[in-house]
Amino acid sequence: MSRLKKLERMLTQGRISRREFIAYASAVGLTATLAPAWLPTNVRAAGPKRGGRLRMGLNGGATSDNLDPGIQLAVMPQVLVYGALANCLVEIDADGRPIPELAESWESTPDAKKWIFKLRKGVAFHDGKSMDADDVIYSINWHRKTGTKSAAKALVESILSMKKEDKYTLVFEMENGNADFPYTLSDYHLVVGPKDTDLAKGVFTGAYVIKDFEPGVRAFATRNPNYFKSDRAWFDEVEILGINDVNARTNALKTGQIDIMNRCDLKTVHLFKRMRGIQVMRQDGFKHFTFAMRTDTPPFNNNDVRLALKYAIDREQMVKTILRGYGRVGNDHPISVANRYHAGHLPQRQYDPDKAGFHLKKAGLAGATFKLHAAEAAFKGAVDAGVLFREQAAKAGITVDVVREPNDGYWSNVWKKKPWCAVYWGGRATEDMMFSTAYAKGAAWNDTFWNHARFNELLVTARAELDETRRRAMYGEMQQIVRDEGGVVVPMFSADLAAASDKIGHAKPAANWELDGFRAPERWWFKS
Amino acid sequence: MMQLHKPNSIAALVVKRIGLGVVTLLVISLLIFAGVEALPGDLAQAVLGHSATPETVAAFRKELKLDLPAHERYVAWLGAFVKGDFGNSLANRRPVAELIGWRFANTIFLAAATALIAVPVAVVLGILAALYRNTLFDRLISMATLSTISFPEFFVAYILIALLSVQMAVFPSIANVNAQMNLWQKFYAIFLPCLTLALVVIAHMMRQTRAAIINILSSPFIEMANLKGLRRLRVVVQHAFPNALSPVINVIALNLAYLVVGVVIVEVVFVYPGLGQLLVDSVSKRDIPVVQASGLIFAATYVLLNLLADVLSIVSNPRLRNPR
Repeated sequence: MSRLKKLERMLTQGRISRREFIAYASAVGLTATLAPAWLPTNVRAAGPKRGGRLRMGLNGGATSDNLDPGIQLAVMPQVLVYGALANCLVEIDADGRPIPELAESWESTPDAKKWIFKLRKGVAFHDGKSMDADDVIYSINWHRKTGTKSAAKALVESILSMKKEDKYTLVFEMENGNADFPYTLSDYHLVVGPKDTDLAKGVFTGAYVIKDFEPGVRAFATRNPNYFKSDRAWFDEVEILGINDVNARTNALKTGQIDIMNRCDLKTVHLFKRMRGIQVMRQDGFKHFTFAMRTDTPPFNNNDVRLALKYAIDREQMVKTILRGYGRVGNDHPISVANRYHAGHLPQRQYDPDKAGFHLKKAGLAGATFKLHAAEAAFKGAVDAGVLFREQAAKAGITVDVVREPNDGYWSNVWKKKPWCAVYWGGRATEDMMFSTAYAKGAAWNDTFWNHARFNELLVTARAELDETRRRAMYGEMQQIVRDEGGVVVPMFSADLAAASDKIGHAKPAANWELDGFRAPERWWFKS
Repeated sequence: MMQLHKPNSIAALVVKRIGLGVVTLLVISLLIFAGVEALPGDLAQAVLGHSATPETVAAFRKELKLDLPAHERYVAWLGAFVKGDFGNSLANRRPVAELIGWRFANTIFLAAATALIAVPVAVVLGILAALYRNTLFDRLISMATLSTISFPEFFVAYILIALLSVQMAVFPSIANVNAQMNLWQKFYAIFLPCLTLALVVIAHMMRQTRAAIINILSSPFIEMANLKGLRRLRVVVQHAFPNALSPVINVIALNLAYLVVGVVIVEVVFVYPGLGQLLVDSVSKRDIPVVQASGLIFAATYVLLNLLADVLSIVSNPRLRNPR
């Protein structure tokens, strides 16, 4: 198997041709079912073409944005920095697997505590300087240094040390074993810039070079002629416009003023699909909505209360009404079907008013009222979802009182403060990142204040486990624990809907983030 | 008050009003500061949002001096402001003057283009409506303009987009102006927002013009003119209209001020990079220096336009120039 992996890697790096790969693979008796993502794009589809100006209209830009990789909170800067200007050591492919980007290869010790990364040679920054291990160390330290404002601090906290073995070899020592470390390094914050510079300037190694950036309004970049990937960066120029109003985005795409828009209006997307010249793209990723209960606060410290509320919600109807069918039902844990170790064997929790009533009675709280705090800022449709929940719960004899909170300041005043509130999660590419971020004991964003001994123990063991089967079993058990004893109701996973002119060509999009893992500017092209 | 009797009374009035204006701005800056302070949360939390952890928030606050008491921050800001230093945006550390400068120019560009269309149209329609008072024409004009003002502006905007942009594809649905365009391209790009705003403001000015002229038309000197046998058009345009100028000027000034400060919804619908969007973003991010500067620009606009209206009213009306 490792032989095949090595061959695959050589193929993606262009050290052998596809023909050679097949010859070698059959020579050593390997039946290779080659994933399409391993092949250069031009083999997959008939002819991506170079040229043209890509115009994207994206929501989520604000006049307060900047290019600092540590503070990338909205789609517009994320697509700009991670999708156009910069690269990480590792990239996530269309099947959700880590593949080499600025790193050429990597390996770890069996306890997954020490990771050795070989860097790609001959990569130049936009300013002409060539990239080596020092730049990578500097860029990771951007999020580790004392007094950093980076939102990725928690991701890199477990790195004990980084050592430069030679110019192109880097050794990471981890505090605990972490089998998913390559995934961590694909995070959109952890892009590599030249050492001893201000990374907020936008000088990186990526497909495009920034020419003009007006936060929240417009970004303009031109193709990097020295880009190290030959089968990417098809557009000559990329223009990203901040268009927060969904109707304005829709009209701009309809009238041909932009080529790609993100986040279609769920209410009108069925009409959009019928329009000629428009393609609507759906990605089922990690994004999910939760109703988080503080398990350290009565009455939610009683698991019967939590179970009662979990049985009192009709997930199918939620997906149908709130997401208009563009999503999947949740099973009261945060792991999506797009994750590797999604526990598909767990029975789907069903709407069951009788069981809900039973658990509430068991908790001795029959007839009690539960206040659910929600605002549109939590997620689009959160208040409606709350009201729908109220009606569904009423059938089980449970009174849910929906408290509408102001959008402004929702994340600082309601989230993690009120005992029960609506929450939006972008989700994470790995089970470990998701659980460590929001379910581990004491984690900064553990919004249910949950502390489960067996779960916490499994989290650490599974993180260092390199054996697939054992890992799968552990993550399966953890999903079950969250589902049955956790503090979240997870009614639904929301799909990402983007639309583009049908002149845009693309391969199967990666689901780790919207718009092909934010990489549409780098990966997509104009067909003619 | 004594100076007002002297011939240089307009200059004195201007000086006095500017002095009062400065005081007004100072009070407003204090109110804005207190208002933003009273909002829950601060910039560190707003910028980091969902991904704020206690340590990163603390680091953020320390760097931006948000950990100092409110009055110290206000005094520091005021000290710099008086010296002409608008400071830097807290959110992205760019100079406020740089953030605001080109946006304010955009806002003024849209407002001026709209005023160029709306003011003459409104005044002429107002005069015509007064001239043909209570005819079918008058009723039609009133009905049409009152309908456009009664619809919310985003509704007018979407109707125009649906008709002129999506159906007929004559004008762009987003007013994406940038430095690479020439003046004509810019006018073309802002045509729809311009038309939307014009439709919204015309009614007010037109109704005021009509009412003021009709009011004057019942005066004895108009009766005299009529008795002399002058043509009705001449009576209205040359006798009544100059005397009706004062209220008309006031309502025009009010509408111009609205065009500068009140167009954020139109900006959002047409994705026009003006000052309104910047102000909204900055308030939601608690970016006080930007909020202060934009707020003061808006307030100064009102103060100056009101002053201008008063001066023009006095100039146009000899009775106000020499009060008894």
